[in-house]
Parts: sequence; structure tokens; C-alpha cells
Amino acid sequence: MSRRSEVLLWGAQRISAMLLAVCVIVHLVTMIYAVRSGLSGAEILGRTQGNVGWLMFYAVFVAAVSIHAPIGLRTILAETLNWRGQSANVFSAVVGLSLAMWGLRAVMAVFGGGQV
Amino acid sequence: MKNDFRARNHPAYWAFIVHRTSGLLLTFFLPLHFWALGQAFHGAAGLDRFLDWTQNPLVKFAETGLVLLLSAHMAGGARLLMIEFLDWREWQKTLLAVAAGVSLVAVMAFLLNLV
Amino acid sequence: MENLQVRIWRGKENGDFQEFEVPRQESQTVLDVVTYVQRKCDPTLSYRFACRVGVCGSCAMTVNGVSRWTCRTHVDKVAEDNKVEIAPLRNLPVIKDLVTDMSEFFDKWAKARGRFAGSTTRKAEFAQVSPESKERKRVDAGIECIGCGVCYSACDVVTWNKDYLGPAALNRAWTLINDVRDTERAERLAAVAGDAGCHACHTHLNCTERCPKGLSPTAGIAGLKRAVLAATLSGEI
Repeated sequence: MSRRSEVLLWGAQRISAMLLAVCVIVHLVTMIYAVRSGLSGAEILGRTQGNVGWLMFYAVFVAAVSIHAPIGLRTILAETLNWRGQSANVFSAVVGLSLAMWGLRAVMAVFGGGQV
Repeated sequence: MKNDFRARNHPAYWAFIVHRTSGLLLTFFLPLHFWALGQAFHGAAGLDRFLDWTQNPLVKFAETGLVLLLSAHMAGGARLLMIEFLDWREWQKTLLAVAAGVSLVAVMAFLLNLV
Repeated sequence: MENLQVRIWRGKENGDFQEFEVPRQESQTVLDVVTYVQRKCDPTLSYRFACRVGVCGSCAMTVNGVSRWTCRTHVDKVAEDNKVEIAPLRNLPVIKDLVTDMSEFFDKWAKARGRFAGSTTRKAEFAQVSPESKERKRVDAGIECIGCGVCYSACDVVTWNKDYLGPAALNRAWTLINDVRDTERAERLAAVAGDAGCHACHTHLNCTERCPKGLSPTAGIAGLKRAVLAATLSGEI
């Protein structure tokens, strides 16, 4: 991978990290608040279903984590398993794309929930 | 020759271990989390079937562990971003304690609400 | 005082520790111990030193698992149960006993363009750089490096990635990036970019923890990360 791409990957991981820091704080606060009186499907969907605000929030969250996690994974593969080069890059990209698709599916589920 | 644990036995290195381990575990957990949320395609009842399973004390224990992983990765990551993007200052050494504190507070708050 | 039990690395990469007994002295340094062993126990022991007072940086070794200057390390401070283990620096090929081949360490300084490039001749007036300027303060924070190799030896990223330039070379590059007289900014930023350069650093702070001069290569490397990203985004490199 070119030096320029390496630098941009580093930047992408940091910028996604900044987004994630905000997302995770919101996520943690929501979670701590939500488990207060036990979780129920109706309560969760009551919050998220048809709510475009949450839809946008979770879409950004999923996108950010799908950028952030595979870049970190790629580094771990290189440093710990000494797996570098094209195959490791492709593997990490596939992990990222899978996370994104799988995550957006989950976002759609809690947004549309049962009515889709 | 390579270093052993003696060379690495200092707080910033422990923070690295926590950051890397939590990041890796969270990445493995995400597909499971997304699958669980996907149960909402079967409406509230679908989610409830899954949530029933989470009443298991062992699962609750694991959940608390996940909150710790997430808050530790977030707080430790915020510390790294500050070191990387702000000019070096002595106070950045105390960020480690702050990060540890923040993640503990998050876990305590979660536990207090959970039980 | 009881005799000190010393284990010293002998041979090359595949060597082993050899045990010696050394009489304790007041204010004894680890370098004193090594010197005693070579003079009184085994004259074939190889090690490097020159100034003995923390100026030259040639006596760096691994003492009880931690990279240090042996001349500035008191035995009192590091001995555990009256035992000290002395090995060569890590991450560098061992030539013999406590002597490493530091070629790659210095070659990487050259790769990181650790050499000042000016535009004036010796006949020009002195450049005026305010000690209060941001750049000069950044240079001050990193300039005292004497190239002893302790940070390079302590760095895990060097172990994991053989091409990684390492803390000392990157710290040097950072001081030059902030030298307002220097003319090779873009070339230097390109040289330290990416996976073998500053962006491989994981902020373990091993280098900062171990630097005998109390410098923070991590801080300089963080500065390089930002500068290189900015230069990449703006198309400068």
C-alpha cells in the first residue's frame, strides 16, 4: 500500500474515532438509562421506531465503527500475526464491509421493526 | 533480542494492552449485537425472546463486561486522541487516571441501574 | 555488604547468561560492575563505554530487563535481592556479549532525513530564531537527544515492524521540521510518513518512559503524525 494510503488510513481511523467517542457516550448514557427498569422490546422499539433522529445517529455510528474497527484489525494482523500485504488488506476490507452491511441491517430493524 | 514484561511494566503500556484487547473483543462482539438487534424484524416479540435470554445472570455479567470494554476503549481512545492531536503537556500523564476513572464510573452506573 | 550476584549475557543472539560475584561498593554504578567483571573476572567480556558520566550515550544496556545507561544507573536503584541481570540493548543484532551492532539504528536516522539542510553559506549572518517562538520551543523539547539507542531498544513497534524508523530518528526529524532555517520540510515529511514511519507509533510511551534525558519522542512523533496528515491532505507531499 502506498505511503499516501497509509497516512489516509491513519487519518480515517482517528477521525472515525472522534465521531465514535461522541456516539459511544450517547450510547452508554442511553444504555444506562434504558436498563434502569429492565429492557423490553416494546420500550426499545418505542424509542427507535420511525425516529429519523435515532436512524441518522445509528447510521453514523455503524459507518464510523465499520471504518474504525477494520483499520485497527489490520494493524493487529500485521503486528501480532505478521500477516501483511494485499491479502490482509482485502480481509480487513471485507470485515469492514460486512460490519457496515450487518450493522445497517440492524439499524433498519429497530427503525422499521416488524412493519418492514 | 526482544523485550519481556519487565520493559513494559508501566501504566501507559497497560493502557495499550487494555485498548488493544478491548478493541479486538468489541469487534468480535459487534456481529452478535447486530444479529440481536436484527430480531426486531420480528417486532417487539422478536426482541423480547432475545431479551428473555439476557435475564440469565451469566449474560448480565457478560453485559457488564461489555460496558467495561466499551467505556475503557472510548476513554482510553480519547486519551490517545488528546496526546496525538494536542501539543504535549505534562498534564497528559494524568489522562490515564482520568480515562480509568471514566470507564469505572460508566460501569458502576450501569451496574447500579441493572440490578 | 554482601557480594552482588551478577548475570551477564555472553555470546551472540544465541548466547547465555554467565554468573559472576562482584563486591559491593558505595555509589556503585552498573557500569562499575561490568568494568569490575572485565578487569578482575574475565578479560574477554566485551562492552562499550566512553565518558562514564552520561554525556556520550555509548554504555546503554538492558539492566534487569529495562534499557538504561549503565553509567547513570546505581546498583542500589536496580538490584533485586542483591541480583542484577545485564544484557545488551534489545532490537539490535548482538555482536558479542554486551555490544550491539547499531548500524540500523543510525541508518534509520539517515532514512528519516535527520540531517539539517540549509540555504545559506557560512558567510551569511546568523539566523535569528526567537527562543519564545513555538517552533523553537518544540525544537528545545527534543534537541538534547544524544543517540544512545535506549528508546529504540525499549520500543515494541520496532520489534513488531523491522522497517519502523524508531523514536530517536523520528524525534530528530521533528526537531528539523521545526527548524525554521531548514529547507527540506516536504522531503522529510514524506520520509517519515506511513507505516514504517510516525503513523506506526502506538503511544506505548516506552521511549518516553525510558529516555535517560527525560525527552518524549512520543510527543514529537505525535507532532509528525499531524504534520504529515496535514501535508498529505493539502497535497504538499
